Amino acid sequence: MKFNAWLSVGSLAFVLASSGQAFADRIILNVSYDPTRELYHEYNRAFIHHWQEKTGEKISIRQSHGGSGKQARAVIDGVPADVATLSLAYDIDAISQQSGLIAAEWQKRLPGNSAPYTSTIVLLVRKGNPKEISDWDDLVKPGVAVMTPNPKTSGGARWNYLAAWGFALKKYDGDETKALEFLTRLYRNVPILDSGARGSAINFIQRGIGDVLVSWENEAFLALKEYGPDKFEIIIPSISILAEPPVTVIDKNADRHGTRDIAQAYLEYLYSREGQEIAAHNFYRPIDPDIAKKYAHQFPEIHLFTVNKIFGSWQEVQNTHFSDGGLFDTIYLQQESEF
Amino acid sequence: MSTFKQHSVLPGFNLALGFTLLYLSLIVLIPLSAAFIHTAKLSWPEFWNTVTAPRVIASYRLTFGASLAAATVNAFFGLLVAWVLVRYPFPGKRLVDALIDLPFALPTSVAGITLTAIYTGNGWIGQYLEPMGIRIAFTPAGVFVALTFIGLPFVVRTVQPVLEEIEQELEEAAAMLGATRWQTFRHIIFPAVLPALATGFALAFARAIGEYGSVIFIAGNIPMISEITPLLIITKLEQYDYAGATAIATVMLVISFTLLLFINLLQWQARRHNTKV
Repeated sequence: MKFNAWLSVGSLAFVLASSGQAFADRIILNVSYDPTRELYHEYNRAFIHHWQEKTGEKISIRQSHGGSGKQARAVIDGVPADVATLSLAYDIDAISQQSGLIAAEWQKRLPGNSAPYTSTIVLLVRKGNPKEISDWDDLVKPGVAVMTPNPKTSGGARWNYLAAWGFALKKYDGDETKALEFLTRLYRNVPILDSGARGSAINFIQRGIGDVLVSWENEAFLALKEYGPDKFEIIIPSISILAEPPVTVIDKNADRHGTRDIAQAYLEYLYSREGQEIAAHNFYRPIDPDIAKKYAHQFPEIHLFTVNKIFGSWQEVQNTHFSDGGLFDTIYLQQESEF
Repeated sequence: MSTFKQHSVLPGFNLALGFTLLYLSLIVLIPLSAAFIHTAKLSWPEFWNTVTAPRVIASYRLTFGASLAAATVNAFFGLLVAWVLVRYPFPGKRLVDALIDLPFALPTSVAGITLTAIYTGNGWIGQYLEPMGIRIAFTPAGVFVALTFIGLPFVVRTVQPVLEEIEQELEEAAAMLGATRWQTFRHIIFPAVLPALATGFALAFARAIGEYGSVIFIAGNIPMISEITPLLIITKLEQYDYAGATAIATVMLVISFTLLLFINLLQWQARRHNTKV
């Protein structure tokens, strides 16, 4: 009897709680990295409209931006995000492994390794290209100041580093010692190691520091759009890396908030025609072949390689290159002893 | 134990002490012990390797060196500023007095961005320094400049009230007894402000060691050269190395606490010495 009473109280509370939820707008929180501000600003509006048309429900989307690693750490530490749209798979893997909030096989859940758009790394120089930079080779020449952030803290910087490494491997026929030497010379030309990609971009664009900015393709286009092609030029290197910024539902958070249906649809809609068009407007390379063809004039053709092809996996990349005592550390320790 | 039993003239000692301990525990001790507990996940050799890695050692050198230099400079000029503010009337004194507190109130990142903008090669000051071969922004010198900026009010605000309290009659008496101006300063004024000056120095120093926001923009953050220790802690966190980050934090904590304790002891001794005389 007593048990039954408790049961009914419990179910009443449950009904109240769930009906209470139906009254308020449901909200999802998207935790993203730095350069996607403009992209998700546009996309969120489109998705809210789409969801209301499809289901009649009015929802809101909260959006957060920051360095990819920092955002991942925030989720691990308890930020109640429903979806993560980060710069590298490694950061989402970290959330999955450290907190268990995301299923381990998350990357297989959406097409294209869960990356609805891709990007690459290009070089941004000042108008007229005064230092005559045409490829990665030119970044190691004496007297060229290269702007790139710290790969330990910035996702974008890791892509920069790996792109240069891939070039060096090709140039020296896979000789890793020579590649490391190349990277050492390159980082000797870096006057400031900012903690994030936006920091480097601001130093280059607004403060006029450095001769060349190693940059996300979309950030480089954005700089041209905002500051005018009379200030900067984009240099396409002979070879670069295919960056696949992945997206995922943060399973346990979405289930707890009762927002899995929205979160799931939110990410799937990125793959729709409209989502792909928005990505292309914001200078991300769409993965839908039709839309990609439509915007082909916008994106120069570059010989691209993937992380998996050259480095195996992100875990391996992290262990060999960026972990403490890894190759990136030796670059600076060597430099010190040579001075 | 018996001293606790004796009732003081002022009421509420037990209650006040209880609140003090609770408050200190909640605000200071519990968060700090969390740092030690996280660190405890490392074995002793792991801990040692983390906190003595060459990059980390280089960062201690920069953080503690630049903080010490900045606090020393602030002790000297802060005393001067406080002296001028207390002793001489001049137009706009109120305004200058209010300016001193600005580094307290300004968000440190704003300070960092402003200083960087001024000292870069094309900034207001940087454009004149660069041709002379002096680079401030993105070098260790920039760290020193930022730490000096944020430390100044600590010295001025601790020394100022003490200078105001000094009785001018003492100086008059010294003068009448034939002391030179330098002797008056050396034997009358300086001993009186020394404890306050030491406190101001310690505060400026402690603040500089922990400073992150203003330094990060102007430092350049090149490993082995211009990386401060708090940046390394953040870097470790970004790599999900919580234990490594707290290990370095613990070392900083211990060093800072030891230094502050040492300065407090010096101060205590100076005060005892003063009262004896």
